[in-house]
Amino acid sequence: MAFSGVPGLALHHPARGQRIAAFFVVIASFLGEYAVITLLNGSTGAVYQIDWPLPFGPALLSVDQLSIIFLLPLFLVAGCVSVYSVAYWPARKHSSAGKLTLFLGIFAAAMVIVVMARNSVLFIMAWEVMALSAYFLLTAEQQSAEVQRVGTVYLIATHTGTMALLAMFSLLRGTIGTFEFPLSHSLSPSVPVASVIIITALIGFGGKAGLMPLHFWMPGAHANAPSHVSAMMSGVMLKMGVYGILRTLSFFDALPVWVGWLILLLGAWSAINGIALAAGQRDLKRLLACSSIENVGIIFIGIGLALVGMQLQAPYLVVCGLFGAFIHIINHGLFKSLLFLGSGVLIHAVGTREIDRMGGLARRMPITSPLFLVGSLAICGLPPLNGFVGELFLYVGAITDGIVAPLPLAALVAPVLALVGGLAVITFVKLYGIIFLGVPRSVEAAHGHEATPAMTVPMVLLAAGCLVAGLAPVLLVRLVTPAVALYGDLAAPVIAKVTSLVPIVPLTIANILLVSLFLVIGTAYLLRLRRLPRSRGATWGCGYLEPTARMQYTGTSFSEMAINVLGAIVAPNRRKPRLAAAFPPAGTRFQYTVTETVLDRILTPIFEVVGLAFSYLRRVQHGQLHIYVLYIFATLCVLMFWRN
Amino acid sequence: MTDIIIHCAVALLFPPLLLGVIGKTKAAFAGRVGAPYFQPYYDLIKLFRKGSVFSETTSWVFRAGPVVTLSATLIAGLLIPLGHHDAPISFSGDLILFAYLFGLSRFFTTIAALDTGSSFEGMGAAREVTFSCLAEPTLFFTLITLARISKSLTLSDILTHPTPMIWLASGASMLLLAGALFITLLAENSRIPFDDPNTHLELTMIHEVMVLDHSGPAFGIILYGAALKLFVLGAVFVNVALPFATGNALLDWAIFIAAMLSLAMTIGIVESVMARLRMTRIPQLLVGATILSAFALMLVLR
Repeated sequence: MAFSGVPGLALHHPARGQRIAAFFVVIASFLGEYAVITLLNGSTGAVYQIDWPLPFGPALLSVDQLSIIFLLPLFLVAGCVSVYSVAYWPARKHSSAGKLTLFLGIFAAAMVIVVMARNSVLFIMAWEVMALSAYFLLTAEQQSAEVQRVGTVYLIATHTGTMALLAMFSLLRGTIGTFEFPLSHSLSPSVPVASVIIITALIGFGGKAGLMPLHFWMPGAHANAPSHVSAMMSGVMLKMGVYGILRTLSFFDALPVWVGWLILLLGAWSAINGIALAAGQRDLKRLLACSSIENVGIIFIGIGLALVGMQLQAPYLVVCGLFGAFIHIINHGLFKSLLFLGSGVLIHAVGTREIDRMGGLARRMPITSPLFLVGSLAICGLPPLNGFVGELFLYVGAITDGIVAPLPLAALVAPVLALVGGLAVITFVKLYGIIFLGVPRSVEAAHGHEATPAMTVPMVLLAAGCLVAGLAPVLLVRLVTPAVALYGDLAAPVIAKVTSLVPIVPLTIANILLVSLFLVIGTAYLLRLRRLPRSRGATWGCGYLEPTARMQYTGTSFSEMAINVLGAIVAPNRRKPRLAAAFPPAGTRFQYTVTETVLDRILTPIFEVVGLAFSYLRRVQHGQLHIYVLYIFATLCVLMFWRN
Repeated sequence: MTDIIIHCAVALLFPPLLLGVIGKTKAAFAGRVGAPYFQPYYDLIKLFRKGSVFSETTSWVFRAGPVVTLSATLIAGLLIPLGHHDAPISFSGDLILFAYLFGLSRFFTTIAALDTGSSFEGMGAAREVTFSCLAEPTLFFTLITLARISKSLTLSDILTHPTPMIWLASGASMLLLAGALFITLLAENSRIPFDDPNTHLELTMIHEVMVLDHSGPAFGIILYGAALKLFVLGAVFVNVALPFATGNALLDWAIFIAAMLSLAMTIGIVESVMARLRMTRIPQLLVGATILSAFALMLVLR
């Protein structure tokens, strides 16, 4: 009963019509959500075993509290996205719609299997299906050279990750002697290969999650995929990497403390770098993708805090870190999907992803605009929305560490989060303000139009989720408490003692007070306005009589100041003309591009050197089939001789 | 109960007087008579009676901006203790909400500015978010240090905890904290040396340029909200810098009011004797304040 949603998701993919497919996915999502809620209310999940003739042991599927955290946003986003796709990527306009619908279903189902698999081989199979269907989804517009390029980069990145995962699972098999997942806390980290297993897991899963410095595929891939696919990839698929790391770490008992610090540092690095990169972007979806790097960083900060806490016997760090990470996983699924779906509406309306060509869309899109505002506020972690709840736990953990620890290194998380929060405000004020407010900066923006209900209703649903979870954070806390207890191996009183430090109920009161104060002052203001004379005029131009739309501040100019301060991370590249006379000659151009230090200055040069080395290997790749078969034969012979 | 009523009354009615005192101090330095102490109140009353002009480019965001900003600042005003009396709303972890309420008000002030489509207001908004972003870590370093000294996560405990004994025991750390808090206070409230509220050129402003297009009651709300913000952050500073409590409730209120008035005078003196910094120097000073507060944290670790 608990898994009735799964076969429904896996089976649907008739190419006969998007509507049928969407209908099936929605039904499956409802069933899945229902199953998740039943499990949350305490019914034990069944364990399923697939009978397969493969020699890899029993293929077990099961759901535990950790899987639930990931299944919940997965089903919700999958349902919303499938309805949205009917209007966003209609079959009558796009010949690729059939392919897209097929892979969207497979993609979602594969992720469900990833989260449920309890056998390494089954896990890797589902993982590869997920990774490859994501490739086919993101290369929907395959005629474009840009899409082909990012598709290839994605393939390379994901297969590098899979390579690491194969190594990791082989080592695991070598240690425990079976392909089944070991029980949690059953392995001792003193096993010699344990460090290698953890490092390969960090490479394999971290690459998928978008952890720095393995994030390089993300901005391009998310920007060029159709928006609803970006929503799935960013809102859900990244979390599969997080899930993989959490699951792998759960095998070990008492991990060495460097693992926690490493994850914490990588998380902090990703968070600061990700949001700094996002602040400099001009492409709407690239900006959102960079901010996903930041959010994954915040999730990893939480996991790192928890691991450090486990080692240092500090239950407050374990509880706050895990609560923060798990709540942020659910929250990010909600608001990032909302923002990507919103970006799809914008692309539909304006026909470009360039922020600096939009403007003034709030008047033309009265529904999308407030929804996008809700998403932006939530992603900045501002009260009264849900983003604040996850960060609150991390702050409480960090500041408690500042109070009780002899050497409060973990307390430094608080200023880091504060800096990240400040940068997020820069990024999203820019995003919302430049796109929706002011005067249209192009003809297309002036003729933007609101989307159909099939596109706005899923967004309303996601935004309502953000609001409800923000106003009543106790819901989120109840959702993740079982997972925290299971994962942190903690007793209920310990959790209750720490959560009493976190203002869950007072936050609700403060939030309601804030909203009602807003309503009271707002009503008073509007009533006052009605009784006083009002007039309309042009914006004050400081005496200049003929302002044009081109004189407005653009997104680039808005973030220029912050980018200068952050020059070390997002080195801005200015190409200035040489000025000889008082007035530059016609045709003089000034170019301003934002580069990325990690990718453009470190990784690309390394890849170039590696590429030179590999050019010798190209001789064995000549495209002649019979020689390839010979390779396979030769390899088998060598292996057999080696064995004997 | 009496304390809660006095808290609300002081927090609601007192803030504009601070602006009056600052103005009077500056006038005294310049050898002028200056506007009366209660001039900001007259201004507010007048603004609430005036009509408004709305730019044709603006939408509902422009009208909602000042309202959200004022609501968030009011809630923040209910979270801090005044004059060694506990705050009306006080719970474990309220310091984080306190910091984030200012984030919310900043978000809405800046999008309301961008709503006008004016390049000057965009300029002000960009400066505001960049400088506040740099001031944010300072606030958290300060709060962690104070939390460590007082062993509590509640603002009321943290801010009523400093006593002369603590100042004597860890004077260096408290001095650094007070310095960092004072710099943050000036930066967050757009005072000299970060921003000049009286400058005549839009190009060089930060806060004032963002509200150029607001008029009538909306501008009144903004002025009042700005005074309230000065009051709230000033009260945080006074709580740390003035660690005396007599135990007599009314006397404590009187001391608090006197302390706030002298803080306003100090700000007036700073504004009279200093020139504003060049825009490129501001980030350096803000990062400097962050490092000061990090030092303060390091010093209490012993």
